[in-house]
Amino acid sequence: MNHFQEYLQPKSIEEALNDLSSATGSVAVIAGGTDLLLELRQGRHPAIERLVDVSGIDSLRDVRVEGDHIYLGAGVTHKEIISNPLLGEHARCVVEGCGLIGGPQVRNVATIGGNVAHALPAGDGTISLLALDTEVQLATAEGTSWEPLIEIFRGPGEVNFDRKKVLIAGFRFRTKDEKEGSAFQRVMRPQGVAIAILNMAAWLKIGPDGEIERTRISCGPAGPKPFRAYQTEKFLAGKKWDDGVYQQAAEILGGEVSLRTSAHRATKEYRHKLLPVLLQKVIEKAIHRANL
Amino acid sequence: MKNLTFVVNEKEHTLEINPDEMLSDVLRYRLGLTGTKVSCGEAECGACTVLVDGDPILSCNYPAVKARGKHITTIEGLSEGEELHPLQEAFIKHGAVQCGFCTPGQIVTAAALLNEKPDPTDEDIEYALNDTLCRCGTYPMIINAIHAAADKINQGKLIEYPSFDFGGGHDVVGQVVPRPEAKEKVTGEAIYTDDISFPDMLYGATLRAGVPHGRVKTLDISKARELPGVQAVLTAEDIPGRLNHGLIIQDWPALVGVGQKVRYVGDAIAIVAADTQDIARQALDLIEVDIEPLPAVTDPVDAYKEDAPLVHESGNLLKHIKVNKGDIQKGFQEAEVVFEDTFYTPTYEHAFMEPECSIARVLEDGKVEVYVGSQIPYSDRDQVAEALGVPYHKVRVKGPLVGGGFGGKEDIVGQIHAALLANATGKPVKILYDRHESLLVHPKRHATQITVKLGLKKDGTLTAAQTELYGDTGAYASLGAKVMGRATTHSTGPYVVPNVKIDCYAMYTNNPPAGAFRGFGAFQAAFAIENMMDRVAEALDIDPIELRRKNALREGSITNTGQVLHDSVGLVECIDKTAQAVMKITAGEDPFLSRAVPGEPNKRRAWGFSVTFKNTGLGEGAPDNASAEIEILVDGRVETRISSAEIGQGLVTVLQQITAEELKLPLEQVNIYLSDTDLTPDGGPTTGSRQTYISGNAAKFAAITLRNKILSTLSEKYNLPPDEIILDKGLVHVNGRKLTFAEVRSLMKEEGHEPKLLYEYKSPETTPLGEPGDKHFAYSFAAQAVEVEVDLVTGEVRVVRAVGTTDVGKAINPLGLQGQTEGGLIMGIGHALTEEFIVEDGQVFTDYLSRYRMPSIHHVPDEIQVMIVEDPTSDGPYGGKGVGEISTMPVPPAIVNAIYNACGVRMNRIPVDQDWLAGEIAKEGR
Repeated sequence: MNHFQEYLQPKSIEEALNDLSSATGSVAVIAGGTDLLLELRQGRHPAIERLVDVSGIDSLRDVRVEGDHIYLGAGVTHKEIISNPLLGEHARCVVEGCGLIGGPQVRNVATIGGNVAHALPAGDGTISLLALDTEVQLATAEGTSWEPLIEIFRGPGEVNFDRKKVLIAGFRFRTKDEKEGSAFQRVMRPQGVAIAILNMAAWLKIGPDGEIERTRISCGPAGPKPFRAYQTEKFLAGKKWDDGVYQQAAEILGGEVSLRTSAHRATKEYRHKLLPVLLQKVIEKAIHRANL
Repeated sequence: MKNLTFVVNEKEHTLEINPDEMLSDVLRYRLGLTGTKVSCGEAECGACTVLVDGDPILSCNYPAVKARGKHITTIEGLSEGEELHPLQEAFIKHGAVQCGFCTPGQIVTAAALLNEKPDPTDEDIEYALNDTLCRCGTYPMIINAIHAAADKINQGKLIEYPSFDFGGGHDVVGQVVPRPEAKEKVTGEAIYTDDISFPDMLYGATLRAGVPHGRVKTLDISKARELPGVQAVLTAEDIPGRLNHGLIIQDWPALVGVGQKVRYVGDAIAIVAADTQDIARQALDLIEVDIEPLPAVTDPVDAYKEDAPLVHESGNLLKHIKVNKGDIQKGFQEAEVVFEDTFYTPTYEHAFMEPECSIARVLEDGKVEVYVGSQIPYSDRDQVAEALGVPYHKVRVKGPLVGGGFGGKEDIVGQIHAALLANATGKPVKILYDRHESLLVHPKRHATQITVKLGLKKDGTLTAAQTELYGDTGAYASLGAKVMGRATTHSTGPYVVPNVKIDCYAMYTNNPPAGAFRGFGAFQAAFAIENMMDRVAEALDIDPIELRRKNALREGSITNTGQVLHDSVGLVECIDKTAQAVMKITAGEDPFLSRAVPGEPNKRRAWGFSVTFKNTGLGEGAPDNASAEIEILVDGRVETRISSAEIGQGLVTVLQQITAEELKLPLEQVNIYLSDTDLTPDGGPTTGSRQTYISGNAAKFAAITLRNKILSTLSEKYNLPPDEIILDKGLVHVNGRKLTFAEVRSLMKEEGHEPKLLYEYKSPETTPLGEPGDKHFAYSFAAQAVEVEVDLVTGEVRVVRAVGTTDVGKAINPLGLQGQTEGGLIMGIGHALTEEFIVEDGQVFTDYLSRYRMPSIHHVPDEIQVMIVEDPTSDGPYGGKGVGEISTMPVPPAIVNAIYNACGVRMNRIPVDQDWLAGEIAKEGR
């Protein structure tokens, strides 16, 4: 079936933006195609006239240090992420999250930008990036701009920008300092779709007395959009991790998320049960790494 | 159209392609590189893996335009001439090839792994192959093969066959030998139905009902017919012969016509043949059909109620199956304790890696030739002929290789449609189902509700067993009555029970049909009875192994159907071997006690145990026969011909071994030709673990008869007593001369003896339920222990170890036996932990492979011990009996018993719902 008429492969961001804006009918950006292409071919997504494949744009495939930041191009594949030593050092949670996605065949084509652009509340790549307080680079015909990643999501599968005019070009987050660590963890249902029942990422910095000086925690699906647990983060700041703090943090986290039952995946109650389990795992792993 | 220039296996190609063509299609259909398989078409299974510039990708979801300027390596590009890649060699020698459909994807993915990590650990392999699925469950052997290949590449170590502590005892039978078709399967040369194409071939597509129950009011195909490229659109009116098909009861319409009823969502309304698959599918959208919905019944217990909507006019009860033995009231009176509970098993999907494909073409003489990977070629022939309204001999069914079946390729799916369209158009027509259609259409495993009531003495002796079963056979009978019959007779377990009463209701519903599936009703029964036995053991404070041992069937025991077991009852030996192996692992500690896991405060481990039995063959009065034709070919090879299906189970190997054994031939001098209704006599269905026994016996007696014919011919010619003529190593020693088989053939011809013959094997007689006599001529037995790890907070369950023993009578093909047994175990783990075919109000929820999760390499236990008992059965070939199904059956009950032992939660249903389990564990407060 003709799920699309045109498959364009621009070589530059400008060309891609032009391919998008010049489209007279429906148009969409595609990278690895592991989500969109399948949905199209299975008739679960209305046919799209023009697909603009950005995976051939070299400038989107950069991973580099930029001052006190790491720049991660949107077109970097999961495979490249998990084997990149820079990211292994500075973005452990992202490496962990991306390493759990698919098998090598999927990781070889699926891109981090694609994971984010899909805007699922529980994208493993997205959730792990959020814990690093990542900013997203949006490219338009007028130029590029940086925005906090958390702010581009509008709802499940939806973003706050015009997909015909704006392209996700890359991400940046701070390089890892001494006494900082991050971790990612998820729980899957053995039956059914390969989307996490619940996933979570944490970044933290250990203070001079061994306390959690600052932390960032993200998880999903915990609402219609990828979720940052600001209240829990605030509570944990300055506290030493022990059983009592863990119990209180778990309670605060349980109060600020919005978990729900999804048929054939998980009950709300079960997700609430997993929340403290994941919290303990990611925080303790991150603390361990921060202290290495 | 776009120009695509790329390099495939070192050769440059330039093609005009459409932008929405996937790389797999271009490789398979444009370049003829059919080694790359498409199994799911939805980037879930890994079968279509190829390397793009060295990196593995899924070619079924990779737009071909992306390959521009790139180097593609397919399975065909791995070997260098006749020199196999070490992985290919290792896959053959380590038995890592069963049906072979996933094999190219496994090998290509593994090749990429070895490029990156030349000496991978088990974890590396598991990580790399995590999404490369094998429904035969060959994973343990794949892991061994990858290690062996790595050792060859890194250290030049020779790749050896593994050795086993079972089998042996003969020259060829019982020895470790490679599959005859393994080389084709590892090189991508193997031909499955979709790998075949003919000039001018058309592509068929089928319009499905989409509603579970309704009446077709109007049907308008005129717009579809007008679509350019459409060659035929057919409806029920166009069926010249019989409208209905069916394996036993012909209740399944090939097409549902106006005024007729649709009974499940997958019912076919119309079929289209067009120049391309795309056009055929577009034409389906142009067919206008109005189906008036009717109330649907979707639960077998509801279906039995008086006011239930009727699926068929004859009523919803397909069959009420009864077994009575002794006096059930007396049995419960004699009991000191009585236990009762109800168990549930869901619908399961075979998920064979090769989706269904049929190709039909009309030959010049008017004969219709159908290519299909079928488990019952003769039945396909007969049903196609009946639909076409022609004599049987006007249809020829030819079976290419079959990419897995497990019972799911016994019924008609596209065969009749392809034949109708070929007849209507005069052109070859291929109907290939995608995974979505496969999931919707073919019969599944019966969902059941089984109530078990047991009466026992306090010492654990069974006095009475009463069971009540409901089985959901869905919209059409298929083999439902037989499947539920087997559930019935197996529902009291492999135990001596003096007083038995069983009532089983095989019910029609508006769910997808259910039919044969590995374990064939006995799987469901085993879950119920073995779950119950552990509860009884606990309540009576008897060791669960001891309780089973005490009541186990032995030689001389009488089964619940009154059959006296005369020989080959290896159950107690299976129990003892398994128990000993477990005790060795636990160093004598009670394996059923919950143990902590060091460093994992939330986790507990424990073992669980179960036993089972499974009949070999059709039984219960069904004639169970196979014919084999054997011939000495001009080149001196001997060919055995039987129309029995090789679906990955290793029948070709077994038949080759038997023929070679009896004629003292080297394996390569024996050719096995299967599944061609014009050239091979009927070997009967590949079902009921019967082929090694039935077709094996047919091949054996055919070979013995040929040997006797050779001996009598030569003894006459040379005037020698037959015992002075010796067959050895492919030659015949007579009078100091060594004759080749080619020479023997000529001599036989000269003497007026045909160097070929037909042997018709008839199995020992069985009788229907309710009549005196044996219900089955042999049973296999098994004991299974598994150790599970339960996360008390998340409810996650993992099988850590699996130790099992199976009584197979005789291990004829040890390598195949090991693989099939491990594979059965892994399917059992899947049924317990990952799989569930979900149907809601008659609509299929699990209609993509992404929603139906078969076990991956990740689910392979850390340790597997496969032990074999060889308690021969007198009439089986070399004592052998069935093995195809039994290894899956005891696994789910062993797993749920182990979960109880680990965390104290009993489970009456599978698959294990970790969400529910976590909640129950929390309630238990453990």
